[in-house]
Amino acid sequence: MYGYEFFVDPSRCIGCESCVNACSECETHRGHSMIHLDFIDRRQTTATVPFVCMHCDDPTCAQVCPADAIKKTEDGVVQSSLKPRCVACSNCVLACPFGIPKVMSGPEQMMKCDMCYDRTSEGKKPMCATVCPSQALAYLPAEEILRSRRERPTNVFLFGNQRVTTKVFMMVPVEGQALSVDVVDYMWEQEA
Amino acid sequence: MARPPSSPSVLAEAFGPHRSYEPPGGWAGQASHPPDRLVKTHCCFCGQQCGIQLKVRDNKVVGFEPWEDFPFNRGMLCPKGVKRYLQNEHPDRLKAPLRRTDAGFEAVEWEAALGFTAQRLREIQERHGKDAVAVYGGASLTSEKSYLIGKFARVALGTRHVDYNGRLCMVSAGTAYKLAFGVDRCPNPWSDIPKAQVVLVTGANVAECAPITTDYLWRMRDAGGKLIVVDPRMTPICRNADLYLPVRPGTDVALLMGMLHVVLRDGLEDRAFIAEHTNGFEEVAASVQGWDPRRTADLTGVPPEAIEKAARWFAGAERAIALHARGIEHQSKGVENVLSVINLCLATGQVAREGAGPNMITGQGNGQGGREHGQKCDQLPGQRSITDPRAREHVARVWGIAPDEIPGPGLTAMEIMEAIHRVEIKGLLSICFNPLVSLPDSGYVAEALEKLEFFGVVDFFLSETAHYADVVLAGSLQEEEEGVVCTAEGRVVHVRQAVTPPPGARNDWSIYCDLARRLGKGAFFPYASPREIFEELREASRGGIADYSGISYEKIDRQLGVFWPCPSEEHPGTPRLFEGGVFFHPDGRARFVATEYRPSGDPVDDAFPTYLTTGRVVSQYLSGTQTRRIGALVDQYPEPRVEIHPRLAESLGIGADDWVTVSSRRGEMTLQALVVRTIRPDTVFVPYHWPGARSANRLTHRTLDPRSKIPEFKVSACRLRKADGPPEWAAQALPAGPSQRAPRRVPLRVVP
Repeated sequence: MYGYEFFVDPSRCIGCESCVNACSECETHRGHSMIHLDFIDRRQTTATVPFVCMHCDDPTCAQVCPADAIKKTEDGVVQSSLKPRCVACSNCVLACPFGIPKVMSGPEQMMKCDMCYDRTSEGKKPMCATVCPSQALAYLPAEEILRSRRERPTNVFLFGNQRVTTKVFMMVPVEGQALSVDVVDYMWEQEA
Repeated sequence: MARPPSSPSVLAEAFGPHRSYEPPGGWAGQASHPPDRLVKTHCCFCGQQCGIQLKVRDNKVVGFEPWEDFPFNRGMLCPKGVKRYLQNEHPDRLKAPLRRTDAGFEAVEWEAALGFTAQRLREIQERHGKDAVAVYGGASLTSEKSYLIGKFARVALGTRHVDYNGRLCMVSAGTAYKLAFGVDRCPNPWSDIPKAQVVLVTGANVAECAPITTDYLWRMRDAGGKLIVVDPRMTPICRNADLYLPVRPGTDVALLMGMLHVVLRDGLEDRAFIAEHTNGFEEVAASVQGWDPRRTADLTGVPPEAIEKAARWFAGAERAIALHARGIEHQSKGVENVLSVINLCLATGQVAREGAGPNMITGQGNGQGGREHGQKCDQLPGQRSITDPRAREHVARVWGIAPDEIPGPGLTAMEIMEAIHRVEIKGLLSICFNPLVSLPDSGYVAEALEKLEFFGVVDFFLSETAHYADVVLAGSLQEEEEGVVCTAEGRVVHVRQAVTPPPGARNDWSIYCDLARRLGKGAFFPYASPREIFEELREASRGGIADYSGISYEKIDRQLGVFWPCPSEEHPGTPRLFEGGVFFHPDGRARFVATEYRPSGDPVDDAFPTYLTTGRVVSQYLSGTQTRRIGALVDQYPEPRVEIHPRLAESLGIGADDWVTVSSRRGEMTLQALVVRTIRPDTVFVPYHWPGARSANRLTHRTLDPRSKIPEFKVSACRLRKADGPPEWAAQALPAGPSQRAPRRVPLRVVP
């Protein structure tokens, strides 16, 4: 879908797992979800973060693959490992700075989010970005996200000395602010 | 006397809930067998009524596809919508009528089951009078079926006691809106939400109970609007709240009166609007005089500055919307809580305009339509009052009976159960209702069910309540019948039949028509399809408040929904009510109705010092009859937990995951602690989707709002202690879900 990009905005996420459930319906991975939904720390906050594959411009997973099983398409989508090549060594699992790939125990193969290549190649949005009720996962033209959203997109990530640029954008706040997540800090309590 | 014929475990073995994970035929079969067709319809669950396409193959629902052209949700779905298709070919599905015998439930022929049901109902009525039998309906039924149930009760049985599970849902809001505006519907379409500059969400866990509405709130904020959230818990939408007011359970009316106090003190009211379009302002102004921010803060636990800020934001905005749901409505002053929201909107002129108004978030699938066409004990079709002689005359004419043959108003849902407990009502026919799980004080409800002389249930799965039934008639799923439902917005949408019921199960509407025939009233129920029922409903609603006379299935399909009132074929429908400041009362003016603070019907004291509030989680729906059968949804939040703030937990020596016994004046339950900072320390929360020992309604109380008769689910008194050990059910408990687990600690990794 020309001009459409994938945006992740954790601040919108409500932790409903609609993405996880919808991803698991895919005929290629049958009941297994390729999405990671992290409850940051439920004891402290309801905040959650959904992660799809960020589709790095120079994918670390492919760099470390001893079997050369991880390929990127011309339009920048990093695919699941090629079944005949993958040796399920988990190098990619360990190396990915975003913690995305999983080695599936059944097929003994690394599988990950391929941005619903089957859907996008037919002009449909990726499934998770279609169903996401809070549009924390969104597949939109870049100009639309810039026009309609408060947060700004970035696709540059610094991991120590490693600078990673990605196809998928992360929405980040325009300005930071300290935010308490404890109910007590918002309460009025009578003086004893 | 009705008692479950076997132990819960034996019943569970035979009838579930079993957890279904895979589409019919398994995952492997899917790719090689593409669906025959996609059916554009709506989700079977909540009042958002998201558009969805069901994949159908060989008369089975095998999956889903988003429906991006439906304007309300534009393809978005919550996890329940994503997995709802798994109910269709579920192994627990009832495929034959059941009779209770000493040995257990036994499949019987339809002829025998229907004959026995009609005979028992008739015998009880002959012996004890018409009103000795009651009928329960539900708000997940299509409007056609809701209409049919009301007519069945009043015409086929001639009982005045017909009510529905919406009594646990929308009646406080409905009562308040009728008092203030003369109509029970939310005034604004959802497309108004992003146009507001301020949205006040009070008592509504939007993210978990109406997930699609979250996107509307975020778009409002993206456009520069401010979000105010009032809730004893930091629900997921609080993460982006510009102002969060942690109200003490049961004090909402005081908080809203405190806000109105600030508005009037500072002269922020809309004098012109009040003068031109309302009555009763002075009395309300006087009633809030004593609620200065400091006094309000002391009662509600919300800081005075936050009360002032919320009031100023709301009054100062050009366009402000107040959204409310069961949090303020499930109280013994539920109607007054809603009235105080409306009073705030009326006083500030935040109503009757694009992007401004109070709006209820309707809960059940047909929560709106299900209460409009006559399964409510005090209403006739078209949202007409059953005591209005003109309404009775109109409906009697449509039904072909004399007006005085229509019984008067009957008891409400909880009152019916109490009349059963008193052995005044001896027969019950129920559909789409699982009162053993969903009514308060479930121990009492079980006692009542045991006293029934005859209990008939129409359902597609054997609910926990149906364990007490003499006869269970195997009915139909939402996707097996055509019909309309009215969404939270007031938009009437078209539910399409995707598949037919499996052999042995029958369409709900035909079951009731067949029973009517056996009760000698078949002439009044001649329908051959839901469409024929709808055509009669249109006539019955004509000229009423909820006027559907200009709505047809085809018009709905063309317009992707029609908002009522729609009084003629040419009329496009009414997405926004009250435009131009014209309300539904005969004089066209809205009413201020004064409110006052009253303590809860189950007050906290030294013995029960902690507030208990109950509610939902995103992956489960209501009493769980459907969603506790869908594996992925169960895994998400498998067993109920009690949310406790660390301050309270530490004072009681309770740690994360400890088993805790929560006791109330009714009973007790033992469940694991979810120690979180996202709830007031004086309050604990338990979700209510489970039966038996895991049922939060063991603890809740039967105090009703005096006007709406809604139970006070949101405010009970309880006490907690660390349990002596895990309860019996712990042995079978499922592993914790993702939101119930301690954070994943990612080990340090060394990348070579």
